[in-house]
This record gives sequence, structure tokens and C-alpha cells, in this order.
Amino acid sequence: MSALKIKKGSSKHSAYNLRSSFGDEIQTHTLAILVDNEAGVLARVIGLFSGRGYNIDSLTVAEVDHEGHLSRITIVTTGTPQVIEQIKAQLGRIVPVHEVHDLTVDGPHVERELALLKVGGKGEKRVEALRLADIFRAHAVDSTLDSFTFQITGTPEKVDAFAELMRPLGLIEIARTGVAALSRG
Amino acid sequence: MTSHMTGAKMVVQALKDQGVDTVFGYPGGAVLPIYDEIFQQNEIRHILVRHEQGAVHAAEGYARSTGRPGVVLVTSGPGATNAVTGLTDALMDSIPLVVLTGQVPTFMIGSDAFQEADTVGITRPCTKHNWLVKDTDKLATILHEAFHVAKSGRPGPVLVDIPKDVQFASGNYVSGKKVPASEYKPKLKGDIELIKKLVEAIEQSEKPILYTGGGVINSGTAASQLLRELVKSTNFPITSTLMGLGCYPASGDNWLGMLGMHGLYEANMAMHDCDLMINIGARFDDRITGRIDAFSPTSKKAHIDIDPSSINKVIHVDIPIIGDIAHVLDDVLNMWKARGRKTNSAAISKWWAQIDEWRSVKCLNYKNSKKTIKPQFALERLEELTRNRSDRYICTEVGQHQMWAAQFLGFEQPNQWMTSGGLGTMGYGFPASIGVQIAHPNALVINVAGEASWLMNMQEMGTAVQYNLPVKQFILNNERLGMVRQWQELLHGERYSHSWSDALPDFVKLADAFGAKGIMVSDPADLDDAILEMVSYDGPVLFDCLVEKHENCFPMIPSGEPHNKMLLGEAETGDAIGSSGAVLV
Ligand SMILES: Cc1ncc(C[n+]2csc(CCOP(=O)(O)OP(=O)(O)O)c2C)c(N)n1
Ligand SMILES: [Mg+2]
Repeated sequence: MSALKIKKGSSKHSAYNLRSSFGDEIQTHTLAILVDNEAGVLARVIGLFSGRGYNIDSLTVAEVDHEGHLSRITIVTTGTPQVIEQIKAQLGRIVPVHEVHDLTVDGPHVERELALLKVGGKGEKRVEALRLADIFRAHAVDSTLDSFTFQITGTPEKVDAFAELMRPLGLIEIARTGVAALSRG
Repeated sequence: MTSHMTGAKMVVQALKDQGVDTVFGYPGGAVLPIYDEIFQQNEIRHILVRHEQGAVHAAEGYARSTGRPGVVLVTSGPGATNAVTGLTDALMDSIPLVVLTGQVPTFMIGSDAFQEADTVGITRPCTKHNWLVKDTDKLATILHEAFHVAKSGRPGPVLVDIPKDVQFASGNYVSGKKVPASEYKPKLKGDIELIKKLVEAIEQSEKPILYTGGGVINSGTAASQLLRELVKSTNFPITSTLMGLGCYPASGDNWLGMLGMHGLYEANMAMHDCDLMINIGARFDDRITGRIDAFSPTSKKAHIDIDPSSINKVIHVDIPIIGDIAHVLDDVLNMWKARGRKTNSAAISKWWAQIDEWRSVKCLNYKNSKKTIKPQFALERLEELTRNRSDRYICTEVGQHQMWAAQFLGFEQPNQWMTSGGLGTMGYGFPASIGVQIAHPNALVINVAGEASWLMNMQEMGTAVQYNLPVKQFILNNERLGMVRQWQELLHGERYSHSWSDALPDFVKLADAFGAKGIMVSDPADLDDAILEMVSYDGPVLFDCLVEKHENCFPMIPSGEPHNKMLLGEAETGDAIGSSGAVLV
């Protein structure tokens, strides 16, 4: 027995327990990344994910500070807690990355996504689609005699639910922006 | 000072501003304006290599042996793509490089112009950062920033791609001192609470070990000095990765030798059984850890590293300290001294007794021969006959000879050992030795090579002869891709698929053809005289040492096995590597 009182194989932090101490369960995290708005910066971020085998569930990017030439990238990613930690550390190494925030651990935050859904159909199905859109506060932004295009904003789950309902009613096409997110307060 | 000048002139001016004295390069259409400026000055020396890969490895050798960034200048397209292996090598081993590439004019980018390649795209994953300069007014600032990024934090290679019209156009030059402070500022000081935890662990530990790596060397000579002081005052044993050799002297009492796949028995056993592991500037590479779930199971682990992404990447540690090694070691030592310089010395003597038992195994023993030169014997003789030279620099290629060099040569100082660790690039050593010799003209520079690796960049013999660089190419010629052959013997049922070097050149004649000196030796009795002849010759030497063809490199931790499952010699190798280990590299 050592003075550090670690019994063979029992240390919580020994490599034997590498997996269990980190946890094996796959988690979803929303990361907000502030970067210099310069050529190639998005390629650096995406290249990191593909090069190291990380997942991207969704990604949005736009300039948020014109004077400071800063863009904000929001990435929703999944992985074990260890992988999520690595993703953040690796993002931090990219020279034009200024800040990396993990909104999922930083506290409460709001996430919104915008989607456009084209739904085709006639008669009763068309009426049903309009009624459901109303419940979901989706607006028809384009309509023809045999189709509607709805615009919906909300959490990804809300967009998922709306898309599921539209599917049997004649969903033809869907375009989603991916998540934009801010911490609360 | 700002002044108006062409982009090409700015490149030379910025290099001078940054204190650069040497550029390794190869000209071509897209860098002609810069070459024209180089022609018209004498402060910066340009070394003409024979292949762009050679330029990058030479710059790595220069950087590793001086601690200053190596500088490379190559043309667009094939010039840039030839540099890719060297860039990847430097990224893996954290070597600071500034690589300048020519590019087709901005108005032709994207048109598949002659010798156009998407250089920033191709090199994005193999540089620490890269830039495409589209405006001559921004060139000087970017060049200064490039040096800053290459040198600071965890060092690495950067690349600046400069279109030809940007070189011709005029703009405002900004000197290095006038450039606004960079956004890129890695943290140097470690968290004092965590340092305190480490000091407490040092005070209590019964079976400590210091596991050091290339980060100590990158941090600078102060880090090596502080490390030596820490070892001396605590009496802790110390081991090092391949990249860290020299940060603690091989002649030091507490030195256990290199650890890892071909490391020493005592080092690996101590890693496995320790109760406190202090990782200083190493990265838990798979060549070191072996099987992750059996890696040093009973130890508390501390990790000092300047790169936050190195921490908890592979092994979870208890005391993660992000910072520069010299800064952190200074704080650790000061706090430990202020608290009364305590260690558990009774327990540590017991630990040393255990280590001495492991040492008595004498894991580097090999069967010598009177008829053929054993590679280990050749290195023992080389060590014996050259170790009195404090200005001795050793480079290596990649393979068995590299591991034997790490085992049998002793390094007393940092920056005197240049080897391709992370990438394992055959063809690294010869050009690296050229870069080292350029930086240290009077030093004894030896490249311990395998015949196969050496052939990969043999064209650089032209460079060595042109600049009369007395680099010694010490080839352990087993006429085999020895390391590949060893794995095939141990893992693939002795089916030696394409692992021998057929149709090898006559190396003595080859040296002669280049205008260098060739020496061939095959009898152990002639070895000493041949080595002395090599060392005393004033010029490049190609030393063809014909060695035993089927020698295996031991000790060895088979892939997928933990540290305490080392193979010590031929008798133990039957079925040692399970089928799950065979899929690992
Ligand atoms: C560029 C490159 N290609 C392939 C390999 C795989 N490889 C590792 S060691 C080795 C054999 C090296 O032979 P040699 O240089 O003669 O050294 P030896 O092992 O015989 O000492 C090979 C092919 C490599 N490391 N680098
Ligand atoms: Mg060989």
C-alpha cells in the first residue's frame, strides 16, 4: 500500500477506470465558437471535425460583429464526455478561434432553428396541414393551388415534431438552418 | 519604421527583422521575385537542397538543434506538395518552422493555372496555421505573426502562401516591433492550486517517477536545468520518451533510460508500478502507454503541458497543469523548497532497491559475434569513440537502427538528438543532419541510418558536397527493411513480404560519384579504425556498416500489451502478440 492510499486497480482515476470515470454515454452538446471572420476559418473548424472523426449534427455560421470581423459558429455535436472535452480543447488550438463556449454545461440557454417545409396535397389533407401549421405557429410563406411552403421557428424538437406530422400530409421537401443558440439572462 | 517596398523585398526584410540567418529552399517560377531579392543581399544565407522534402527536414534539424524556427522557401504546386511530409513531421513533433511558398498570381487562383495547387487547403491539417496573402500591404504583418505563432505555445510549422503578383506589387512594410500584439497568447503560468497539489504528492509519494518528453526541450534550456535540479533534490527516478532524450543527462544517477515500446525494462516497469507519475511535456503516445486499460494502474498522475488538448486526451490525469514547463517547474521547486524540501526518502530508497533489481536484468544485453558486426555493437563502439565530443549531434532515420540508437547512445544535453518521433518519417535523418551541420559548422554531426531510409533522400548528398558539410552518414546496413521484417517475423508467420532491399547500390562508389568519401566495413575487428577514420575526415562521409541481417530489436512491448508484459529477447517471442494486437500498428 502506498502513502497515496491507492489500492491496486481501485483508483478512481487510474487508467483502468478511464472509460467509467469519463462516462461512456453519448451526449449532445451545443457549442458556440467566436472566430475571426477570415477566409478559410470555417474550413479549419469543419476540417477538425472530419479529420479527428467527430460528429456534426448541425452547424450555423454568420458574422456577428462587423467592426471586429468576428463570426459566431454554433455547432451541435455528439460524443462521450471525453470526446466533447477533446473537441473543445482542439477547437481552442485553432489560431483564429477566440472563444469556445459549451452552452450545454454553461447553464440555461435558448436554442432556435428555422425551417421551410413544402407540403403538397389537395382537399382534406390541405386543410389539415393548414390547421396543424396554425397550432405550431408556422406561417405559410408561399402557396400554390396544390402546395404550401411553411416557415417554422422553434427548438429542433419542435421542428422535428412538425415535420413528422406533415409527412403523411404530403411533405415534399424540407430545408433547416441548424441551431442558433444563446445563453440565458 | 514603415517604408514602401515590393512584396519580394518585404519577405527578405521580414526574415532579417526576425533574426533569420539561413533559409533552406528550392527555386521555381512562382518565387523568382523573392530569389531575385535573395541574390542582392548577403545577410541571409540560402541553402540549395535537392528536393523540397529535404529543405523541410533540414529546417527541422536546424530548429531542433538551435531552438530557433527553421525557414523554408519553395515554389508553388509541386514545390509546395513536396513539402507536405516535412510539415506533417514537424507538426507531430512540435518543431517550429516558417515555410514560405510561392503561388500563382491572385487573378489566376482557381483557374488550374500552371503549377497551381490549393496550398493552404492541402496544408491546413498539417500546419499549426497557414495564410494566403492577397494584399502586399498585409504581407509584413502576416510574416511577423507567422514567426510568433510558430514559436509560441506548443511550437509547430506554419506556412505563408504568397502569390507572385503580391511579390511584385509594392506596399507598406511594417517592422516586427510595430506589429500590433497578436491575439494568439498561450498561457505560460500554471494554476497555483494545482501546483500545490503536485507538491503535496511529491512530498508523500513512495514510488514516484518523472516521465518527460519533447516539451521539456521545446520549453528551452531553462526547463532542462530546472528538471535536473528537481531530480537531484528529490532523488526521483526519471525516464523520457524518444523525443525528450537529453533533457536529463544519460550519465545522471537517476536516469532509467528511454521508456515505451522499445524502451528499457526498468523504465517501463517503474512506470507500471509507480504510485506517482509526473508527466512533464510528454503526451501519453500509444508507443508509450501500450494497452490503455492496463497503463500504470496504481498511480496518481500529474501532467504538465502547454497544450490543453494534450491533457486528458488519452489518459485521465488527477493533476492537470496547463503551462510552460520552465514556468511551472520553477513554481513547483520554489513551493516545495519553501515547504521544507520534504520527500518520503525511506520509501524512495526502497523504490530504488526495486528499480535496481529491474536494472540487474540488463535488458539491453545481446549476443555479440566475432564474425559479423551486430548493430548494437556498432553503436556501442560509435558511442565509446565519440562520446567525449560535447559538440556531438545525432540524427536518425526510422526503423530498428533508430531504436538501437536511442538505446545505446547517451545524450547529455538537450537539442543534440534529432529524430522523427510522431510521424516516423523514413528519409528524415539525412537532410536533418544537413540542417544541424549548417547551424553548427564545427560540430560532429552523425546520422544513424538504415540503408532503406537513407535511400529515400539520398539526393541530398549533392547538398552536403556543395556546401562541404562534414556530415557522417552512419548506415547500419542489414539489407532489410529491418523493422518491417521484425514485425513480419513476430506477427505474420515469418512471411517476409517485400521487406528486403534488393539491388542496393555500392555505397562507396555512390559516395565517390557525389564527390564524398565512402567507407565500407564488415569485420568487427576493423570497426574502430573505420569509425575513427570517418570522424577525422573533413567532409561528408557515407559509412556503410554491414551488420547482422536478422537481428531483432529488444526489449519490445508487443502492440496491445501493458508495460509489464515486455519481451526481453528471442526466446520469449513465440505467440507473444495476440490477434487483437496484430491490428494495431
Ligand atoms: C516514409 C515511410 N515509409 C514507410 C515506413 C514504414 N517503415 C518503418 S521502418 C521501415 C524499414 C526501415 O528500413 P531501414 O531504413 O533499412 O532501417 P532498419 O529497420 O533496417 O534499421 C519501414 C518501411 C516509414 N516509417 N516511413
Ligand atoms: Mg535496414
